[in-house]
This record gives sequence, structure tokens and C-alpha cells, in this order.
Amino acid sequence: MSRTGTKLDAKKVNSELFTLTYGSIVAQLLQDYENVEDVNKQLERMGYNIGIRLIEDFLARTGSGRCYDFKDTAEKIQSGFKIFLGITPSITNWSPAGDEFSLCFETNPLTEFVELPDNYSNLKYCNMLPGVLRGACEMVQMEIACWFVQDQLKNDNLTELRVKFVKRLEDAIPAGED
Amino acid sequence: MVIYGVYIVSKSGGLIFNHDHNVPKIEVEKSFNFPLNIKLNYENKKVVVAFGQKDGIHVGHVLTTANGIAVTGRELEDGRDILEMLEQPENFPITLKFSRAKMTTNEKIFLASMFYPLFAIASQLSPEPRSSGIEILEADTFRLYCYQTLTGIKFMIVAEPSQSGMEIFLKRVYDLYADYALKNPFYALEMPIRCELFETNLQTLLETVEKSGINNV
Repeated sequence: MSRTGTKLDAKKVNSELFTLTYGSIVAQLLQDYENVEDVNKQLERMGYNIGIRLIEDFLARTGSGRCYDFKDTAEKIQSGFKIFLGITPSITNWSPAGDEFSLCFETNPLTEFVELPDNYSNLKYCNMLPGVLRGACEMVQMEIACWFVQDQLKNDNLTELRVKFVKRLEDAIPAGED
Repeated sequence: MVIYGVYIVSKSGGLIFNHDHNVPKIEVEKSFNFPLNIKLNYENKKVVVAFGQKDGIHVGHVLTTANGIAVTGRELEDGRDILEMLEQPENFPITLKFSRAKMTTNEKIFLASMFYPLFAIASQLSPEPRSSGIEILEADTFRLYCYQTLTGIKFMIVAEPSQSGMEIFLKRVYDLYADYALKNPFYALEMPIRCELFETNLQTLLETVEKSGINNV
């Protein structure tokens, strides 16, 4: 996923390799933990740790400035999906206060080859994504909550990820930025 | 076209990376007769030239060897005190080697953490609301460029005043940081960067900039 100077070009990485790797992580976690809830939590945590690093890559690559409105944030998250997963989710269902929106995926590269067995009906297969968003936003001093409301793996029409603005982390804003 | 060094300061103000680049080494060796015609002082655990600039020996230079024997603090390797030695005529003629003082890692960490509040004060002193901190600090022998990312990490370079395009260069260093430091699974955030890949890529970048200018990176 690196730029100039390395042989790998972002666009040339086969998404299947990524999809399968993700699948093996989830499968391994299911083996390691007895409880599906724990797996969900673990995935979220792993995503968080990815997010706090990935945000630097996003900023370095896009040169985006700070968001002063949650609509900006939504668009930037959307472009982040484009950069890192090659998909453009649609932004819908804004709450009247403008502090909540949904990202809708018609296709989801993470679940391309996945069928969820019945006994794992509580598993949030893609729970790494909310973690990534939370981690990334936290690094730019914004606390958000993020969860799945619809999931194609659970026979919904599309996958819907809900994002809610919680607060600005005022204490963490670096000097010269506030 | 010279870039003297690259520094990275973490969100909490600690120096997490420094790289000295292309700082010309200055060393002068000269033979002296009694009485010594330059004034030496002992300060900060170094013997420093205080007065009497001549033959390439400048005020501020540090005494490194006497008759080829290394000087640490005010002592020679064999335990003799160098300042006492220089007061006794029988030790002359003596060959002394002076060089420009080199910053120790501790001093660099100290300076980096000193820049941190300076940056914050600058943004508060501003007559205009919502000012950034220091972006360029100019002196007659160098310019310091600072780029703070949205996440609060500061990238700094010290370069010759005539060196242009340093803002672009800083962004490229940010790229490298995002790639080679953060994607290294064994690198812990906020900790000093000890990633060889990062260093070699930075080195390559520095060389390209110096050879063919900033437009080619």
C-alpha cells in the first residue's frame, strides 16, 4: 500500500489476498476465543490500533486539512474507503442534528467469499472497520461511536455502518491548531 | 544547497527521531608555545575557547586532544588536568586540537523539548485568532522549518537559508514516516523511531534533494 519508491502500487494489490487474510484473522479469533462477543471486541480493538496509524497515511497521502463540520468528516471517511478499500460507500440517513450519518456499502470487499454459519449469528464479521474509524478519528481529536445496523451477511439488502459524533477532544488538540 | 538535520517530535513533545546530515566537520590542530595565547574556559563539562580567535580556531570551539591524547571533560586520558597542565611552561610546546562542539543526544532531546513550548507560545502570542505555531525560524546561518500534522507530530528540518522547497520536503518526510515507521508492526507509537528502512529511505530522499533539487521527489 505504499507509494513511490516501492514496487507495490496501491492499486495493484490484489484485494482477494486482503480478503482472505482478513478471513483467516476472523477464523483464528473464533478459534482462540470461545465467546463470539469477545471476538467482536477483539476485532474492534485490532481495528482501533490500525486506525491510529492509518490516519497518518491518509493525511500524508491526501494532505487534507482539519474538519470543522461533521459533513466534511463524512466525505473524508468516504474518500478513505476509496483509497484503502477501493469502494465508495454512500453517505445517507443524516440525523436532524447533523451528528450522525450512515455509510452504506453495496459491495464489501471483506465479505466477498463469506457465508456466516448459523451458530455465529452474533458475529460482527467486519467489526474491524468501526475500530479503524474510531481510532483514526481519535487521532485527529474527534471522538466518534461507530457500529453496524445492517449487514449483508445477515441477509440485509446492504451493509450499513452508523457513525455518531460524540465530542471534540479539546485537551488533545495540538497547540497552534485550535 | 545543504540540509543540516531532520528532527521529529512526538505529540507529547519528546524527540523521537533525529538525523544529522551533512554538517561539515571542523577540526584544527595547532602547536602552541608558552604562554598560551588563547583563553580557554571550562564550561558544560568541556574546555571551550573563550577568547582569542585565530587560525581557524573560533570562539566556542572545544578542545578535543592535547598532543594526540583525547580530552574528556577537563581531564586527559591519563587523568591529568588539562587546564593545570597548560599553566606549566615545561609542558610546552604542546599540540592542541580543537573542533566545533557536537551536540550530544541529550542536548538534542533537551532542545527539542524546548522548541515545543516555544511553538505553543507563538500561536498564543499571535495578534490574529487561530494562528499556527512557528513554521519557519530564521537565523543568519540556518533556517528551521517546522510542519505540524493534524495529529500533533512535528517534523522539523534545519537547512541553509538559501535552500528552497523545504515545505514540500517536510511533507515527503511525513510520507516516509507514515510508510516506514507506522507500518512497521514493531514500532510503538510515541517511541523513538529505530527503523532502518525509514532511515535509508530518508537518506535517499536527502540525497535526491541535494543532487537534483526538490522538484524531483
